[in-house]
Amino acid sequence: MTTTKPPSTEYHQDMSFQPRANLIGLWLFIVSETFLFGAFLAARYYSTGTAKPEELNQNLALMLTIVLLASSLSAYMAETSIRFNHRRNFVIYISGTIIMGLIFLGGVGIELKEAIHLYPPGTPYGSSYFMLIGLHAFHVVTGLIALGFVLFLGLKGHYGSDDYWGAEGVIKYWHFVDLAWVIIYPTLYLF
Amino acid sequence: MKYLIRAIVLGIVGYIVGVWLTLAIRGGSPTDEVAVVFGFILALIGWLAGIGGIEAFGRQWIGKTPEVSTARGWQRYFQFTVDHKVIGIQYGVTLLGVLLIGGFSAMIMRIELASPGMSIVDLEEFNKLVSMHGILMVAVAVAGIIGAFGNYIIPIQIGAADMAFPRLNALSYWLVPPVAIGLLSAPLLGSFSAGWTAYAPLSVGGDSGQILFNMAIITFGLSSILGGLNIIVTVITMRAPGMTWGRLPIFTWAGFATALLAFTVTQFFAAALVLITMDRVAGTDFFGPDVGTGILYEHIFWFYSHPAVYIMVLPGFGVILEIATAFSRKPLFAYKAVVGSLLTIVGLSVVVWAHHMFTSGMADFLQAPFMILTEAISIPTGVIFLSIIGTLWQGKLWFRTPLVIAFGWLFNFLIGGITGIFLADVATDIFLHDTYFVVAHFHYTIVGGSIFALLAAFFYWFPKITGRMYNDKLGIIFAVSVTVLFNTTFLPLFWVGINGMNRRVGDYPQAYESANKFASVSALLLGSTFLLFVGNIAWSAVAGPKAGSNPWNARTLEWQVSSPPSHHNFRSQPVIVGPPYDYGVPYVVFPDAEPAPEPDESGKEVLV
Repeated sequence: MTTTKPPSTEYHQDMSFQPRANLIGLWLFIVSETFLFGAFLAARYYSTGTAKPEELNQNLALMLTIVLLASSLSAYMAETSIRFNHRRNFVIYISGTIIMGLIFLGGVGIELKEAIHLYPPGTPYGSSYFMLIGLHAFHVVTGLIALGFVLFLGLKGHYGSDDYWGAEGVIKYWHFVDLAWVIIYPTLYLF
Repeated sequence: MKYLIRAIVLGIVGYIVGVWLTLAIRGGSPTDEVAVVFGFILALIGWLAGIGGIEAFGRQWIGKTPEVSTARGWQRYFQFTVDHKVIGIQYGVTLLGVLLIGGFSAMIMRIELASPGMSIVDLEEFNKLVSMHGILMVAVAVAGIIGAFGNYIIPIQIGAADMAFPRLNALSYWLVPPVAIGLLSAPLLGSFSAGWTAYAPLSVGGDSGQILFNMAIITFGLSSILGGLNIIVTVITMRAPGMTWGRLPIFTWAGFATALLAFTVTQFFAAALVLITMDRVAGTDFFGPDVGTGILYEHIFWFYSHPAVYIMVLPGFGVILEIATAFSRKPLFAYKAVVGSLLTIVGLSVVVWAHHMFTSGMADFLQAPFMILTEAISIPTGVIFLSIIGTLWQGKLWFRTPLVIAFGWLFNFLIGGITGIFLADVATDIFLHDTYFVVAHFHYTIVGGSIFALLAAFFYWFPKITGRMYNDKLGIIFAVSVTVLFNTTFLPLFWVGINGMNRRVGDYPQAYESANKFASVSALLLGSTFLLFVGNIAWSAVAGPKAGSNPWNARTLEWQVSSPPSHHNFRSQPVIVGPPYDYGVPYVVFPDAEPAPEPDESGKEVLV
């Protein structure tokens, strides 16, 4: 495998469509993911309705929700910063997002540790609880890994006001992960 | 080859590491299902990294320029090549292999069913055979036309040099070999016997092969989703100047409609199988007999798998419409109505799933709405059918192999469609459910609608893809015999089904013997006609004459470039100035290759 350098006589299509394709592709991916979350949410409502146990740790869940929403705000600030070429702010905000994401994951760990005794998988609520939290946590982990690469590239001097699609795409995905939690949280804790 | 070897090595290493890690953490034996799950996931990652994912994606993550293979010889077929034409051929060859394996398993089933009582397999093995046959053939039907010909033809038809995301396209192909390996190695763990539908709670118990089935099909779902997404973005963003939505070739429209379904509802099959996997390995209870309910599984599963039959059949509509217009030398009849019907089917297909569940015990009030919505689908399907007939009507029919298969398709799909009404209707469905009537019906729609279209597409685009013609006489003999033998195989099954013979069972009462014997003999002959098919390919490879760029004198863009097309398909940016199917319309200048002609003096437009 060598770099893509075919003979220069060959016809090459104008690549100006690519930014639009990237954006549409990302949105379609998010639509597709919505169906996946939709399936799990449907399973939860079908098998248990809105029933929930009394022992839920409401305070912890509320705090985690706030942390995740704040991380989304921070991610948005990072995107705006790089659009205006403020690299220092970009790095700070992305780091903030990652730290808040890690705090969220830690909180989820505590929740699951409590849950495994109170409503283990195998009970109707427990099955839905573990699947939805697990699915979301998986997306948080992938989002954090991607954000880690974005931070690494930002520190190395990649991205600029004219070329920040890599960061923008990951940040939009992070917003989606956040939005998914905004649906999952009331489904499991509030209704 | 070195990348393929690296992929295999990393895949095996990944599997061993996954199993070893699981054993180190929780103990147990290497054939435990948890160990298999983690082994499969790490093997998949190792395989993808090895085949070229490191260079194509990994380098970008650390800020370097991604690299992809630029090999031009036969080696490109065994590498992470991003050329959509190579990927189309990779899909085609892989799925042809799967088709032959699936067909072989069908032959064993028909030999067993030739007489009552068990002869060559026992009842449990028969179930496993049914399940394996089902899932292999479903995979071929889902990905056959859209994976092979969709990848190859759609970018050329819209005047693009490649897909919008070439690396993603290569990724969605290289996800397929692990699927085939996973499914075919399931017998090592006891295979799976819950059918291709993997109905719970059967699939929650049962042999561990089920876990390989789950992992393989989740992977296949990922491949479909990424492939569908790629086609949608390509059609939206990469159409050549002048290629408006109203001038889009009908095969591209059909592929677009298919992709709309594939990239959304496929998530539901993945979700259903994830839930089954969790029920098996993580102690959740969604579908188990104690807390959960199997009806939930059926809802999630059919929310994917009913639209999936349109994922199988819609590209078939596109192929047959292309062939009808090219071989009758007439404009496509009611183009706009066909496009509207394709999109209507996409919309309706996601609200009809519960017609598979009339006897499952779901709430009674759901039955009437699902019956009416299902029967409503026959309206857009009928419009497409009428368009094919209207295109052929009073045309100057040119009987070559593709058109002969298209006629077979018309006959089969008509029977498949009409028998579907009896299954959509609650009263008759309760009587016919789980009988061979259902088996015959869906073989008429899936084989008749999708596999016949796959064969038609094969004979239509073969000269374009290989640059050589096949033997047309042999092709027509194959087309006629495959149509006749397909019908003699499956028509008797309607009869035994109405008389009450149950599907999915390896044994049956004496009374059905003669019909089954007839079907079995026909099936074996049907299987052996594929020797003609393979022989024809071999003849073409040895003695096939050069096809030239446009052997069918067709007007869509793929026929205006060389056979096979050059690396980026075109020599310059094509410009489209007219609709694709103006056969025989006065003043239309017949398309000539480049350079792009201007509209002529009469004001009529010409296609590049």
